[in-house]
Amino acid sequence: MKANMTLPAAWNVLDKYSMDDFYDEMIEPNGQIRPCYEHLTNRMSGLGFQEVVGRQHAADRAFISMGITFNVYRDGEGLEKIFPFDIIPRIIPVQEWEQIERGLKQRITALNLFLQDIYGPQKILKDGVIPSEIIFSSSGYLKQCEGLMPAHHIWAHISGIDLIKHSDGINYVLEDNLRVPSGVSYVLGNREIMKRTFPEIFERMDVRPVTDYPLRLLEMLEHLSTREKPTVVVLTPGIYNSAYFEHSFLAQQMGVELVEGRDLIVQDGFVYMRTTQGLKRVDVIYRRVDDTYLDPHHFNPASVLGVPGIFDVYRRGNVALANAPGTGVADDKVIYAFVPKMIKYYLDEDPILPNVPTYLCWDSKDREYVLENIGKMVVKAANQSGGYGMLIGTQATKKEKAAFKAKIRKFPREYIAQPTMALSRVPTIIDNHIKGRHVDLRPYVLYGKDIYVMPGGLTRVALRQGSLVVNSSQGGGSKDTWVLR
Amino acid sequence: MLSRVAESICWMNRYIERAENYARFIEVDFNLAMDLPPGTIEEQWRPLVLTTGDEALFQQLYGAFTKDNVIRFLAFEKDNPNSICSCLSAARENARTVREIISSEMWLQINEMYLSIRPMVEKQNNSEKFLMEFFRDIKEGSHLFSGIMNATFSRNEGWHFGNMGRFMERADKTDRILDMKYYYLLPNVDYVGTPLDLLQWSALLKSASGFEMYRQTFGKLEVANIVRFLILDRNFPRAVRHCLIEAEQSLCAITGGQTGAFKTRAEKDMGKLRSELDYTDVKDIFEIGLHEYLDQFQTKLNNVGFSVAETFFTDAVV
Repeated sequence: MKANMTLPAAWNVLDKYSMDDFYDEMIEPNGQIRPCYEHLTNRMSGLGFQEVVGRQHAADRAFISMGITFNVYRDGEGLEKIFPFDIIPRIIPVQEWEQIERGLKQRITALNLFLQDIYGPQKILKDGVIPSEIIFSSSGYLKQCEGLMPAHHIWAHISGIDLIKHSDGINYVLEDNLRVPSGVSYVLGNREIMKRTFPEIFERMDVRPVTDYPLRLLEMLEHLSTREKPTVVVLTPGIYNSAYFEHSFLAQQMGVELVEGRDLIVQDGFVYMRTTQGLKRVDVIYRRVDDTYLDPHHFNPASVLGVPGIFDVYRRGNVALANAPGTGVADDKVIYAFVPKMIKYYLDEDPILPNVPTYLCWDSKDREYVLENIGKMVVKAANQSGGYGMLIGTQATKKEKAAFKAKIRKFPREYIAQPTMALSRVPTIIDNHIKGRHVDLRPYVLYGKDIYVMPGGLTRVALRQGSLVVNSSQGGGSKDTWVLR
Repeated sequence: MLSRVAESICWMNRYIERAENYARFIEVDFNLAMDLPPGTIEEQWRPLVLTTGDEALFQQLYGAFTKDNVIRFLAFEKDNPNSICSCLSAARENARTVREIISSEMWLQINEMYLSIRPMVEKQNNSEKFLMEFFRDIKEGSHLFSGIMNATFSRNEGWHFGNMGRFMERADKTDRILDMKYYYLLPNVDYVGTPLDLLQWSALLKSASGFEMYRQTFGKLEVANIVRFLILDRNFPRAVRHCLIEAEQSLCAITGGQTGAFKTRAEKDMGKLRSELDYTDVKDIFEIGLHEYLDQFQTKLNNVGFSVAETFFTDAVV
């Protein structure tokens, strides 16, 4: 850190803080605290670092007692783990947030028009904006959904768009997660714990609330039915799913039933749940089960997580599913590369949030470039998430690179590559010291009567030094995200 | 309430109660060993396994009815779905699926019980002291769980399914504890009614936590009264009849019905069995034969269980 910076006296824990040429969300390149963090750092320095560290430990304990966990499976035995939490929040100034919010609304609108089009007239293919073969070779494209029109023409009701900030200070879209994105329960849990951890700071700062998310989610889901008081349920694959806590939490917060596939039954063209008082009709299902597991009659016949015949009921419009089956085609990482073109095509606008430059191994020119420069790139499987099926060229061994090259040559459609982005950093408490750690941001977007963007979202932080991978399955943690008014 | 949720709450309670009663089974032998003068009669471990009805599985896994084998089988054996360890693990799995319905304190108690026995299973030894402590912990853990449930869970449908499950399980297990006497051998028929015979009876009473309550009601130990107490007593919380009354009351709370009438198969079968106990005296039992009576009762109680499952848990009709 440079010598000329001015810091609050007791906040001298930042003395040895090194920014290493990354964009730091708290500190400007000249060492000044950014205005949005001023109040927080003043308060924290008033508390003293020992007290701050003490509160970090108290927050860790609170997570355990609240049972905010995710499941990791090893040796056939399930372990409930705590998602590590860091109490120094990521703060987003209001102007920056407004731009993100506009950008996300624009993107979701375009993606939704794309889904309507692709399962309908397919104009975008006929006009040659996106090559047809890319669509039809996507595992997320469901032929069974052609000609379908979900209620209010909405396909992607709930999405979590991953953003990163590069060293140029610009927010880029890294991924569109339109298939049951998880993590929103951590946002709510993090905020709850932060209020307990820093009540004196919360009182004085105007942080936009996130706690109304379950209510907005319920309103959006109810909007999908034409019935007066529709019955909404959350469909979970069951307790062995890594996000089971979230499914149960959202059901509880919305005050609706949490059901498994075996609780539901199709009869006379409707979906019912088995209750102790007999069968009860279900109108809207927030399903946290993947498309292909939904209905063994129409998709994966081996699925025991789904409900036989449910797709027929859905097709007749007798039950609403969120998100709509088939939505996954739009978060194929190859199709992601075409979203800026979709925005132009459907909305005649320039994208407010740019994509990360993406090379499609499907294209022979791009592929040659990727194979030659693999050491500088991040290679991702087009249809995997959670940090699986990924190669970070700068950190990979020769053997790993060779293996990926072979896979790219064999299945070019299945891989994309991006330059290694310098994710921005936020100061983070590591072993009783403050160190810079890389973060990303996943804001959650609900598309119902209108489009709602949760202010903030999930900030994930790569806790290992130098790591750029923020996924919980790969040693990531999270922070509370504050959008200031 | 979802059928699956009701079923999970019911079984969560049954498994905890079952674990407790398995601890009680084994205590019968411990009590006997301590009460009998050394050398009077050989220790008998076979009755424990016969009582549980899992004799075939035991033979397949172990063979010989030694003390070590029997205790291992009933308490720690993973391949015995009814062992104490298996029951606690099943109770926890059921609790996990209904965490958003039950109180957090209930979940914590089941989780802690489950976690606390795991190290004990690893370092298990057959020292009397270790085992006595282990079985006491299981009993206490179960009592704590039902206490927590009663103190923190609203008396809603979920609570009543849990309560019904607990008392149906307990009725079955008290029946089986009593039935152990059938399998305990006396040196010869002349021993019937002797102090040795009565010692075996009182070991059963103690395992059912009924010794003091029996004394207050009947005083002297007499076989007919012990049988009357453990089967027909209205007020003793482990007596079969008391359990059936409790289970039926919860069933009525669930259906909104009243005792003495029925709308569902569950109410019909439960009511029939409960009223049968109301109009039975100990003479009737001995006329049929104690073992035969207990055996028939188990079958009837199982049928009530099937009726409850059919009425509430499996394919419900519109």
